[in-house]
Amino acid sequence: MPDQLIFAMEVTLNGLLNGVMYALVALGFVLIFKASGIFNYAQGVMALFAAMTLVGIQQGRVPFGHLINEIFGTNIHYFGWEVPALAAIALTVLVMIGFALLVQRFVFKHLVGQEPIILFMATIGLAYFLEGVSDLMWGSEIRNLDVGLPQGINDVIDAATFDLFGYGFFIDNLDISAAIVAGILVAVLIAYAQYTKNGRAMRAVADDHQAALSVGIQLNYVWVLVWSLAGIVALVAGIMWGSKSGVQFSLSLIALKALPVLMLGGFTSIPGAIIGGLIIGVGEALFEFAIGPMIGGATENWFAYVLALVFLVFRPQGLFGEKIIERV
Amino acid sequence: MFYREAGDYKTSYAADSQTFPIAFDRFRYYAVLLIGVGIIPFILNDYWANAILIPFLIYAIAAIGLNILTGYCGQVSLGTGGFMAVGAFTSYKLMTAFPWMDMVTITLLSGAMTAVVGLAFGLPSLRIKGFYLAVATLAAQFFLVWLFNKVPWFYNYSASGQINAPERFLFGQALTGPNADSWVKYLFCFAFVFVLAWVARNLTRGAMGRQWMAIRDMDIAAEIIGVNPLKAKLTAFAVSSFYVGIAGALLFTVYLGAAEVGEAYGIQKSFLVLFMIIIGGLGSLFGSFAGAAFMVLLPVALKVLLVDTMGWNTALATHFQFVIVGGLIMVFLIAEPHGLARLWALAKEKLRLWPFPH
Repeated sequence: MPDQLIFAMEVTLNGLLNGVMYALVALGFVLIFKASGIFNYAQGVMALFAAMTLVGIQQGRVPFGHLINEIFGTNIHYFGWEVPALAAIALTVLVMIGFALLVQRFVFKHLVGQEPIILFMATIGLAYFLEGVSDLMWGSEIRNLDVGLPQGINDVIDAATFDLFGYGFFIDNLDISAAIVAGILVAVLIAYAQYTKNGRAMRAVADDHQAALSVGIQLNYVWVLVWSLAGIVALVAGIMWGSKSGVQFSLSLIALKALPVLMLGGFTSIPGAIIGGLIIGVGEALFEFAIGPMIGGATENWFAYVLALVFLVFRPQGLFGEKIIERV
Repeated sequence: MFYREAGDYKTSYAADSQTFPIAFDRFRYYAVLLIGVGIIPFILNDYWANAILIPFLIYAIAAIGLNILTGYCGQVSLGTGGFMAVGAFTSYKLMTAFPWMDMVTITLLSGAMTAVVGLAFGLPSLRIKGFYLAVATLAAQFFLVWLFNKVPWFYNYSASGQINAPERFLFGQALTGPNADSWVKYLFCFAFVFVLAWVARNLTRGAMGRQWMAIRDMDIAAEIIGVNPLKAKLTAFAVSSFYVGIAGALLFTVYLGAAEVGEAYGIQKSFLVLFMIIIGGLGSLFGSFAGAAFMVLLPVALKVLLVDTMGWNTALATHFQFVIVGGLIMVFLIAEPHGLARLWALAKEKLRLWPFPH
């Protein structure tokens, strides 16, 4: 087998696993968009905030430590205890649920019925706000996140491909676990939406707000629920990306990467988010591999957007989106 | 009392349809112009010019440009930073390739070049709407920044990848480069703002502006009553990009002097200008100015308050700035989705009736 083809296969595999990561972020978007029509730009910052909170709790940092020190001239940074990973995750989930309550209570409750674009801009404001709060609470340095996920090259795949092709593929264990976690998360979410009372309420609200309201579903409750779920998805995404490259500001930019994924998959489809993520992941990896060296590299900065743009010109509602019907 | 139409007789159609129908507004406008041209250049110092006035004027142009596209024509764009970069790099290439060319021509040509690029990226808007378009314009943002980073021709093969504005003169005064006086820069920007705002005002209340607004309010209905969506959307993209390109060119040549594309024209710039028009008011020229003033003054005010007065470190002040900007945007959208311009209009409405409540 020619070398180029083998390399391309490795690149494709890595792209697929990267795509899973994109899909993970995109999933949070879809949840909120389906239930409330809000296009939540803050999803990426929520991932950053969740990961920062997780690290902060794990290491026993004092929230707002920098601020307190600056105002009162003290010098406190740590409580002096360390919280085990699972307990820290549980606490972070509570924080994200609290965040969902606050967002719903103080922001989006007052914006019900506004135009979608106003809601979108409000979430941009929310993103800035949350980023500032995250920095004030936990500082803005890069943090290492370790919740005990396996890291480094996967020896089994390395050995197996070496036997087959005479060249070992480099696949990170972390990417594999991310793919598995994402798969479980999607299965759980779909099961939750399909078989539980809350899930039925969510689907009803997604279908038609007023009809849902008229059969006695509390919109406010459902919205808090989806924001909490999105917060948990953000936490999972934050853990995965954070373990890979450290928890830092650039984590919030993955939200931007999730946008073309959503455009490909359609804003309202959970399977669409997954498949869109895979297409983008593989597409940009292969493009960078094949064309990148000719035109200066770093094409993954823009390839996803241009791909989505070209794609949308031919199919404006995305792959799995609902058909757009317009009336005057 | 003095803020009334009463007694101000209009005897011609031109007088009847003027921009400022109330005499007080008219005099205020002339007074602002007079202060801007006749007083400020003489009392201007470097700090005020560089920290507040010049960035305010330049961002006002960018905000007017984005407001034409988003506020008047309803097409949300997140590619402003990329289009500003087009203006900056065009002006750089023109300045270095044609050293004899004067700065006014260069700036206008930069705007024209950006308009062409804007047209190209505006084409998908015929098929894509709303959020999808907003995300599609991100393609412009990231692709353009990448292009100016990776193709050495654009930055004349300089080792650092930076572009530096060479020294140019206008009427014998240094306008760009390290020796330029701040009052020259200020007046140059002021002239551009004056002309461009005047053109924008008259475009938006003319046939073209009404077509844009029809498309914004409901594009299908507009098409049925005879507005050509292709023409309306593309002119909005072209005019908007022209303004944004000029702002980008001025930001580089007059204000920054040296720029690195990812830093000076990144996605943050796009959001900054978007915030200006949200806080200022969508679909309002006054809003563009108010929003630009607000977003330029806020960091300066916070720095003076937190760093200079209370002695906090700058990093903490920057974090607070994020919280405050984000919080203000949400508060504005909840309390007054139409921004500062709406508050201004309400104040004027009250003023007309004062001292009576109704």
